Amino acid sequence: MDFSVPLCLCGESLMLKIGKTEFDEIRRHGEETYPHECCGLLLGRTDGHERIVTSVARAGNTRTDSAHNRYNIDPKDYIRIQREGRERGEDVIGFYHSHPDHPARWSPTDLAEAHWPGYSYVITSVEKGKAAVTNSFELTGSDENDKKLVDEKIEVTQAET
Amino acid sequence: MRLYRRCLQRLARAESAGGIPASSKGMTKINIPTPLRQYAGKQPMVQVKAGSIAEALSGLVSKHPDLRRHLYTDEGKLRSFVNVYLNDEDVRYLQKEATAVTDGDTISIVPSIAGGR
Repeated sequence: MDFSVPLCLCGESLMLKIGKTEFDEIRRHGEETYPHECCGLLLGRTDGHERIVTSVARAGNTRTDSAHNRYNIDPKDYIRIQREGRERGEDVIGFYHSHPDHPARWSPTDLAEAHWPGYSYVITSVEKGKAAVTNSFELTGSDENDKKLVDEKIEVTQAET
Repeated sequence: MRLYRRCLQRLARAESAGGIPASSKGMTKINIPTPLRQYAGKQPMVQVKAGSIAEALSGLVSKHPDLRRHLYTDEGKLRSFVNVYLNDEDVRYLQKEATAVTDGDTISIVPSIAGGR
């Protein structure tokens, strides 16, 4: 058993596979919106405990009142991106956002506002305008009462999976 | 023309009585978000016969009861983070759960996604 890989309670490893192009795009988005938080959607498919990202899509942040430390994905963007993804055979499998000058770890706010266990949440720390660390977390649990964000390994692939 | 007028009158009476005749309800598709598919027989889409959003969602959770707690509170209210779209429109800006649906409509259930450091 590889103890370096985060495990779900059932013993399966948690993994997010993402191509380098999509990985770099998420990080670049955070640099472009700095000092504000960026946000967007991860599209692809789920294969057991692996989520495979095949594309990412930027979304607007409606929290213009506090964009330096809050994001809310514009629902109009969500519905459009979901529809466009479905036309390509892709599902919404998670979301990404950035933490300007703050660690790439989920916050109590991130957990409170995460819903429906099974999505991945990717967070990039952007320090003084440069993308630093990118981490991924899976929302686990059975419902709102016992949800948790647990570490999920990111595997960055050179070619599209 | 007379037949058409009688149909409209029948529908109007049914609507004022609080219901739409079953024969007027079409098949509506409901897109199931990825993490909730495990509670809907692993289906990405469920079809229900309904005349309104409320009927469609009620039909959905009747077919797949395990979905109920993810969409509704214990008091039976739609959870605050659950957004319902009829085609591309948020039903909050239409007639909410009373919004009429017709044959060929697509309902999307979309979570509010937010957070921050």
